[in-house]
Amino acid sequence: MESLQRIDLVGFGSLLAQLQAEGYTLIGPRLEAGTIDYGAIEGPDDLPIGWRDEQSPGRYRTLPRNDRAHFGFNATPASFKTRLHRSEETVLEVQRGEQGELRFVPVIPAVKKQAWIGARSCELAALAIQDRVLKDSADPDPRYAARREGVFIVAVHCGQAGGTCFCTSMNAGPKAEGGFDLALTEILDGPEHHFVVETGSDAGAALLERIPHSQPTAADLRRAADAIEHARATMGRHLDTDGLKTALYAQAQHPGWEEVADRCLACGNCTAACPTCFCSSYEDQVELDGANARRTRHWDSCFNADFTHLAGGPVRASTPARYRQWLTHKLASWHDQFGTSGCVGCGRCITWCPVGIDITAEASRIRQANGEPPK
Amino acid sequence: MPPTGTERPRLAVWKFASCDGCQLTLLDCEDELLALTDRVEIAYFPEASSRMLDGPYDLSLVEGSITTAEEAERIQDVRRQSKQLITIGACASAGGIQALRNFADIESFKRTVYAQPDTIESLATSTPIASQVPVDFELRGCPINKSQLLYVLNQALFGQRPTLPTHSLCGECKRAGVTCVMVAGGTPCLGPVTQAGCGALCPRHNRGCYGCFGPSETANTQALSPHLERLGMDPPALVRIYRTFNAAAPQFQAESQAHERD
Repeated sequence: MESLQRIDLVGFGSLLAQLQAEGYTLIGPRLEAGTIDYGAIEGPDDLPIGWRDEQSPGRYRTLPRNDRAHFGFNATPASFKTRLHRSEETVLEVQRGEQGELRFVPVIPAVKKQAWIGARSCELAALAIQDRVLKDSADPDPRYAARREGVFIVAVHCGQAGGTCFCTSMNAGPKAEGGFDLALTEILDGPEHHFVVETGSDAGAALLERIPHSQPTAADLRRAADAIEHARATMGRHLDTDGLKTALYAQAQHPGWEEVADRCLACGNCTAACPTCFCSSYEDQVELDGANARRTRHWDSCFNADFTHLAGGPVRASTPARYRQWLTHKLASWHDQFGTSGCVGCGRCITWCPVGIDITAEASRIRQANGEPPK
Repeated sequence: MPPTGTERPRLAVWKFASCDGCQLTLLDCEDELLALTDRVEIAYFPEASSRMLDGPYDLSLVEGSITTAEEAERIQDVRRQSKQLITIGACASAGGIQALRNFADIESFKRTVYAQPDTIESLATSTPIASQVPVDFELRGCPINKSQLLYVLNQALFGQRPTLPTHSLCGECKRAGVTCVMVAGGTPCLGPVTQAGCGALCPRHNRGCYGCFGPSETANTQALSPHLERLGMDPPALVRIYRTFNAAAPQFQAESQAHERD
C-alpha cells in the first residue's frame, strides 16, 4: 500500500503537463458530437468534466452530472484499439524503377510517444489480448508493435458501471490489475476532489516523483475502495462464464442461432466496436499509370460474406453461422486459440448494436437451452 | 507497362434513362483524367465530346435504366459492341427513382404530367440493365463514388476483376470513426442494410443513410424496420425510405411493399 499516493486537481494538471513536457501526445476522453470518446487533448479542461453517459442495448446518450467528475462516464464508443490497430493503413508500397524492376517497400510508422489518459481496466485487458495476438505472437504486426512501443498509460479505475458493462463477469475490472504506468481512482465526496494514484511501472513511479503528490489519508483509501466497490455493484449486465465454453460448443446446432440471426443485421458494428476484434483484409491498388502500387490493410468482420470467401463461396454462408462464429469465438474458442476469453465485458457490442442484441442474453439463452440454467 | 498510344483500349459511355450524374462523375475525375486518357481512348462519350467513333469498344460504361422499347433494343446493340460492360449508378443496377412507376399505373402518370399523353411511348416498368443483357460488373450508387469508379476502370484496364465491398455501410462508418447516428442520436438510418461505398456521406453529417448504394449483401430489412418504427417512422415513412433510388432492388422492393400493406 506504500505505493499509493494522492494528487489533487492541480497535481493532476501537472501530471498531464509533465507528460507533454516529456514529448507525449495526450490521448484522452473528450465530449464531442454527443459522445465521450478518445482524442487528442491538451489538458484537464479538455476532459468531459461533469458529464456522464447512459448506455443500454442499442442506445447511447451523454448527460450532465451534478458534480465535476473528470472520469464520470463509462466505455467510450471507440476503444483504444483504434490507436494501435488502425482501421485502415498502408502496409506496403511497390515502386517500378527505370528498368521496370519492382521495389517492395514495407511501410512501418515511426515510434511516437502517446500517453493514454483514462484507460479503463477493460481497455487494458483488451490491450493485453491484442498484444498477445498482434505483438507477441509468432508473426507480429510491425505497425502495431511500433505504435505500442510509444504508449504510456494513465489508467483510471472505474467509479461507476454502465448499463451494458459486465467486466466483473469477465474478470477484467472494474479495477485495473496491471498493464498501466499509473492508475488513478477519482475521489469525489462533497468538497473532496482528488485522485489516489497507484504506480504500475518504473516509468510511472519516476513521473509521479516529478509532480506534486502527498500521502493519502485512511479516509482517501477508504473512499477509493468504495468507489471501485460501487462500480462492481452497479454492473448493468452479468454473464455466467462457469462451464460456458463447453456449453457453447455443445450447442453448435441449436435453433437459437437461427432465432438471433432473424434479429441480427449482420452489419458488423459489434466487431468494429469490440476492443479485441482484430480481423482484417488486405487490398492491392495499382495507380493509373501502372508505375506504383500499394497494399492496404483494413478492418474486416466475420459478419461480412466476403471475409471468408474462398473458391466455391463463403465458408460461413449464413447469418446464423456468422453470429455463432462471432459469439463462440469470443467466449469459447478464443480460450483454445489464445489462452484467454476474447471478451472483456466492456459492453460495446451491446450498446453499439443498432438493434440492441445482447451477447450476455444470447449466450445465456443458448446455454440455458442446454439444460444448464445460468446461475 | 500498360498499353499506350494506338494500343489503347477503346472506352464508350452510354446513357439510358438517367440524370447524367454518374457520367459526370467520370468528368469529375479532373486530376486523374489525363492519366486515364493515356490508358484508354475515349471513343464514344457524347456527354463529353461530339467526336463519336463507331464500335466495337473494349469497355462500355452504361448509365441509366430501361424505360422504353427503344432503350430495350439499344442496350442489346451496346452489349453486342462491347467486350466488357460495366453499369454505373442506381438507375442501371436497380431501375433508379423512375422505377417508382413499377408500383403505380404509368398511364395515370402520363395523363397527369403530359398535355398529350398519347405521344409518350414508355414501358410500364423501369428495369435494371442486368435484366436485359449480361453485365460484367455493377457499380452501385446515386451517384457513384469517384474513387470506386477509377478503381473499377483501372481494374478492368489491367484485366483484373474488381472487388468492392458488398457489406453494410456500418463498416465504413466505424472505420472512419463516424459515431452511429442511430445509437447515439436516435436517427433512423438505412446504413445497416445498405452497401458501403459512398464514404458514409450522410452519417458524417449526422444524418441517417438513405440507401443510395442499394441493399447490402445480407440486408436484413425485416429486422431493421421494426427498429426504425421504434425510432418514430410510421408505415408510410417506411415505404418511402425503402422506395427511393433503389426502389426496384428486390430486398428494398419487398420491404416497401410489406409496409404498404400495413
